[in-house]
Amino acid sequence: MTCPDAPVLIEICDLHARVDDQPILNGVNLSIRAGEIHALMGRNGSGKSTLSKVLAGHPAYTVTKGSVSYCGQDLLTLQPDQRSRLGVFLGFQYPVEIPGVSNLEFLRVSTNARRIEQGKEELDTFAFEDFVRARLNLVQMDPVFLDRSVNEGFSGGEKKRNEILQMALLEPLVAILDETDSGLDIDALRIVSAGVNQLTNAENAILLITHYQRLLDLIKPDYVHVMAAGRIVRSGDKALALELERNGYEWVDRELDTLEMT
Amino acid sequence: MVEAPIKHCSALNSWCDMLLDRLEPPSGPMAALQSISRNQLEALPAPDRSQEDWRFCDLSPVAEIEPQQICSLSKPTAPVIANQVTRVVIGTDQDPLAGVALPDGLTLLNEAELQQALGPNSNLAIAKDQWPLELNQAIAPRVIGLRVSGSVEKTLELVCDASTNRGVIAARLLLILEEQAKLELLQVQLSAGANLTSVVVGVHLHKKAQLRHGLLALGHPEAALLTHLAIAQEPTSEVSHISVCQGWGVMRHEPQLNQLDGGAHTELRALQLVHSNQLADTHSRVRFNGPEGALDQLHKAVAAGNGRSVFNGVVQVPREAQRTNAAQLSRSLLLSDRARIDTKPELEIVADDVKCAHGATVSQLQQDALFYLQSRGIAPPQAAQLLLRAFCDEVICMLPSAAQAWQPLARFLDGA
Repeated sequence: MTCPDAPVLIEICDLHARVDDQPILNGVNLSIRAGEIHALMGRNGSGKSTLSKVLAGHPAYTVTKGSVSYCGQDLLTLQPDQRSRLGVFLGFQYPVEIPGVSNLEFLRVSTNARRIEQGKEELDTFAFEDFVRARLNLVQMDPVFLDRSVNEGFSGGEKKRNEILQMALLEPLVAILDETDSGLDIDALRIVSAGVNQLTNAENAILLITHYQRLLDLIKPDYVHVMAAGRIVRSGDKALALELERNGYEWVDRELDTLEMT
Repeated sequence: MVEAPIKHCSALNSWCDMLLDRLEPPSGPMAALQSISRNQLEALPAPDRSQEDWRFCDLSPVAEIEPQQICSLSKPTAPVIANQVTRVVIGTDQDPLAGVALPDGLTLLNEAELQQALGPNSNLAIAKDQWPLELNQAIAPRVIGLRVSGSVEKTLELVCDASTNRGVIAARLLLILEEQAKLELLQVQLSAGANLTSVVVGVHLHKKAQLRHGLLALGHPEAALLTHLAIAQEPTSEVSHISVCQGWGVMRHEPQLNQLDGGAHTELRALQLVHSNQLADTHSRVRFNGPEGALDQLHKAVAAGNGRSVFNGVVQVPREAQRTNAAQLSRSLLLSDRARIDTKPELEIVADDVKCAHGATVSQLQQDALFYLQSRGIAPPQAAQLLLRAFCDEVICMLPSAAQAWQPLARFLDGA
């Protein structure tokens, strides 16, 4: 759902970043307005996941040039927890297992951190249980996973459902979903996608990182971008994803050669 | 010929001499043993770092404590006694068992049984020439001796709170678990000032007996704690010992278990936390004197500030201990550049048909986990606290359930 008058939620300008001494992002430009769904595609190693981690504030990555404006604020000066509380959400490709930390307690603490920032009332243990159980249905998640340690012993699909459950609880303005479809069977993919679709509205936006058209059949993007060598080399609508599915990425090399010549 | 150790001039030796000078003459049922140990201490050098067993454990802060015996502690501030708990308070001027209705299955050892249990041929007699044990026996005014028959439904809770008293207090407990007896024991050691608490617990488990023993020791930066646990296990007996120690200026815990003929099961779980300039040292020893014994040991430590944590875990598997199955794991968290962890598994294996695994890890809080929590809006201090709490709770949650009344996790983390 695009609206040219909708506010810009996130504006990435000429973003360069490296990990250790290795440059990964080499001038990313991307603007996302409220209500939009953007898909980010590209070969392995093209910088998609790095972009997601840089936006979330992962300490291993250093931004060397460029800017990211989030709702008018300089996102890059904010700590990862501040970004989250302000409404930036990263759905991890590989959610971390944290033995000993109860999933329910973790979800409650993080939800309350966001709610305080939103000026909402904190939820006590009992109120939160009601709140979370209502949202479990969204991803058809078994309540027993609330009583376990965070992601510990979860299957790949359960971990991804847990990520979308967190998205449902935190109600982010910008959700970056890093290969949420990886490791999901066909049914789980449908369930998770339906959950994401229910969470989209005119106020928020989603950046979907994926390799496959199958996810985009279920979550329909307004824009599709192709990343290569740390920058976005082509943008289009969902037809671009279909073209990629048919022709692969070989044309990207030619595009990059042209870019380098210019 | 073994040469007698030489007692050099040191602050701790002088402190010990002053303490011995100030003690009341031996009296009561322990008089004979008190005399023997006091004589031993006259010649026995106090531990110092030139001795291998004490290489990383500096007891010199003990010399700062008033060299006098604390004769009577006031009643501790303790939670309301739950229905399933029998509490015994140690160290007050009263007989600790006066007015206590022992639960079914627990009986006091009579004088003759006690003397026999403490005699030189008993498994429960203290090992000779060990300074902390001689110190305990030189001072302890009495021994609480209990026989356990059948399954004791109530948890026995021993509480010793040295509080802000200045000086030294010693307590000793003997337990004999008869065949198929079952007991849950919670030992709570507290301090809030410049004092030394010495506790020796001796246990003999007959066949098929089961003991679950929790030690919750929450101290004070000026306080010292010396605990020694000597457990003799007959085949098919089971012991689970869980120790949780935090806050002591100096703490040395010595769980020593002997599977008399193998074939028994021993589970050890330990958690110790140090910060500021504190020192916590656990020296465990498990010996298998027969085949098919089992050990499952996990030692966890958290070191912050200038704290130092020491773990030395001896596992002895002589030739006769074939088909022993022992696993020992030491996991330590180093939370400061100035803190120090010394961890040493010490496996002495002669038998050739055994499974003996050991491992040791020293790490900081996992960066991936910290970032994950932060990416969900949780501020770094709170994220670190959640991870620390998870690390500690793995051991704390194994304490006997009666420990919950003491809020062990919250009190433990208060000192973190």
